[in-house]
Amino acid sequence: MTKKNLIPFTGDQAVAYAMKQIDPDVVAAYPITPQTEIVMNFSNYVANGQVSTEMIPVESEHSAMSACVGAAAAGARTMTATSANGLALMWEIVYIAASTRLPIVMPVVNRALSGPINIHCDHSDTMGCRDSGWIHIYCENAQEVYENTILAIRIAEHKKILLPVMVCQDGFITSHAVEGLELFDDKKVKDFIGEYKIEDPLLDVDHPVTYGPLDLQDYYFEHKRQQGEAMKAALTAIPEVLKKFEKTFGRKYDFIETYKLDDAEIAIVAMSSTAGTVKFVVDELRQKGVKAGLLRPRIFRPFPKEKLITALKNVKAVAVLDRSESFSAEGGPLYTDIKAALYDSGIRPLISNYIYGLGGRDIFPADINKVYVDLQDILKTGKVKTPLNYLGSRE
Amino acid sequence: MANIKELAKQPERLSGGHRLCAGCGASIVVRQVLMGTKDPVVVGSATGCLEVATTIYPYTAWKIPFIHNAFENVAATISGVETAYRALKKKGKIKKDIKFVAFGGDGGTYDIGLQSLSGALERGHNFVYVCYQNEAYMNTGVQRSGGTPKGASTTTAPSGKASYGKPQLRKDLTAIVAAHNIPYVAQGSASHWNDLVTKAEKAFKVEGPAFLNVISMCHRGWRFPQEDTIKINKLAVETGYWPLIEVENGIWKFTYKPKERKPVVEFLKPQGRFKHLFKEENKFVLEEIQKDIDENWARLERMCEASCKVA
Repeated sequence: MTKKNLIPFTGDQAVAYAMKQIDPDVVAAYPITPQTEIVMNFSNYVANGQVSTEMIPVESEHSAMSACVGAAAAGARTMTATSANGLALMWEIVYIAASTRLPIVMPVVNRALSGPINIHCDHSDTMGCRDSGWIHIYCENAQEVYENTILAIRIAEHKKILLPVMVCQDGFITSHAVEGLELFDDKKVKDFIGEYKIEDPLLDVDHPVTYGPLDLQDYYFEHKRQQGEAMKAALTAIPEVLKKFEKTFGRKYDFIETYKLDDAEIAIVAMSSTAGTVKFVVDELRQKGVKAGLLRPRIFRPFPKEKLITALKNVKAVAVLDRSESFSAEGGPLYTDIKAALYDSGIRPLISNYIYGLGGRDIFPADINKVYVDLQDILKTGKVKTPLNYLGSRE
Repeated sequence: MANIKELAKQPERLSGGHRLCAGCGASIVVRQVLMGTKDPVVVGSATGCLEVATTIYPYTAWKIPFIHNAFENVAATISGVETAYRALKKKGKIKKDIKFVAFGGDGGTYDIGLQSLSGALERGHNFVYVCYQNEAYMNTGVQRSGGTPKGASTTTAPSGKASYGKPQLRKDLTAIVAAHNIPYVAQGSASHWNDLVTKAEKAFKVEGPAFLNVISMCHRGWRFPQEDTIKINKLAVETGYWPLIEVENGIWKFTYKPKERKPVVEFLKPQGRFKHLFKEENKFVLEEIQKDIDENWARLERMCEASCKVA
């Protein structure tokens, strides 16, 4: 595609447009800032007959996810979208969707979870449900949001996976900023996602099935094992989908993205839009001869342990940036996961954690630069003085 | 009007061998309601006795499609199923006409599931919601609910030296649902099977949401012999404790009126949950309950008269 084909879209519009091209059978959604524009834009597509979707304008997010479970079990390709407190309200059913193995796709516009109430970006909402059994994809910009929403359909519905997928973008930073987007051909999207077909749909009245039975001591454990195995299987099945995506659209994705990491001595690990700021600072530092790099996990669940280890194997000092506080007193969720992964590998870079950007606190190049200065100091002294840091917080 | 010989020929959709108690009202209600249509039916159920006792993995007592999601969301869940049906039917992927019914107890309907129910009713999904109202959280051991009547002793509002049981009246859920202006709302009782099956037929037939609030005995919580379920049911109706009414397109109507309403003590007396009310110091509560029933009856009569005139 050439430049002239760029369409000005926000992250929310990008999701709505992807949903229009996907044309799901059912969408059940409830508006919440900063996800609202997804529901508004998609409702317009419905109102103008541009999609065949049956929309359920539910009275809460709890009912949104409940209706999604019903619709997906019935045999319909089903989507919803939410943010923050909305995700928290549907929490109970988020787990049920995953354990019922329903391939629901849910764009999430990351927003700080109350309290205190705040409508701006951080990752506390989706990080809180990292153990819910959903696949988590984090996007850097609106282009990725658009592409990952389409990609997520095939990942969720892959026969070896059958798990719901969250496609996360940064609230306001990505969801409300306008970018020039390259959009795919409608027909290509249709061909890529294919027909939705699940085994044993509830609406097959000639072959009745019972969904959601009481599962006691005798079977619950094995079902949880199977769910865990599905997440493991996703590690090998997702690359098949990525390959097909590349073949169809000419866009190459992986579980992770690396930026100038091959020869890097110091590196930052960061997800979503902050990675863009980090790349800018890396370029500046590289001009000064500092061997700085970036590692950006794109798919966070399943956790791409081997890819992360391989990417970090030559780095001497690493700083992991977490846009959420897990209150473990040990650091953020991305940090503790990465540390645990490195333990087994025997690769032990000097590692530290920075919690940043909570409640939409801006993260500037100067902040990122400070982290690289710290890393250079750690590299020189061979010591991590403060493993847990709060970047951009008034102390 | 239902014909008992015809009804007896209908295939069972909920098979025997489930693990509900002998004498439980819930399964009787389910079977009678499902006799209200010959079309294929998809069932949703809230968490509760009905769900846990009929679907213990790897077994199921359901011979028709069944979905359980959680406690408070059966109305939202069935709204998703019904919407999927419309979406797939429109695309020609489903050919048959299918009906949808959601079952919830009073806990899952009067209390924790009220928002989900209200939302689904307001959105106008084509489904029947059936509350099997056994007047407490029976599945977890007889805790009070918004559907528990005044004076009943439950495990979270027990009678004692300083308490005569639940001090509040139960909420009028049937009226709350009727206020959604849906096409069909009714109260039923399994003791009056003809009345209930007829109401179920109407509920399945209307376009849009329908709601049946059906009194359902729980001998464990109500404390009476298990063989007396239908007898107690009947007394609930004959005393006016559970009036058999319907609200069809806004018109309120009694579908059955006892020739003479029996005093409510005849319904209360055989039940252990009201035993303490017959002590001298609590007799005033019996009088209050009778007064509440009389007032409710008079109010219903006014509703019937007024709504007829308006229509």
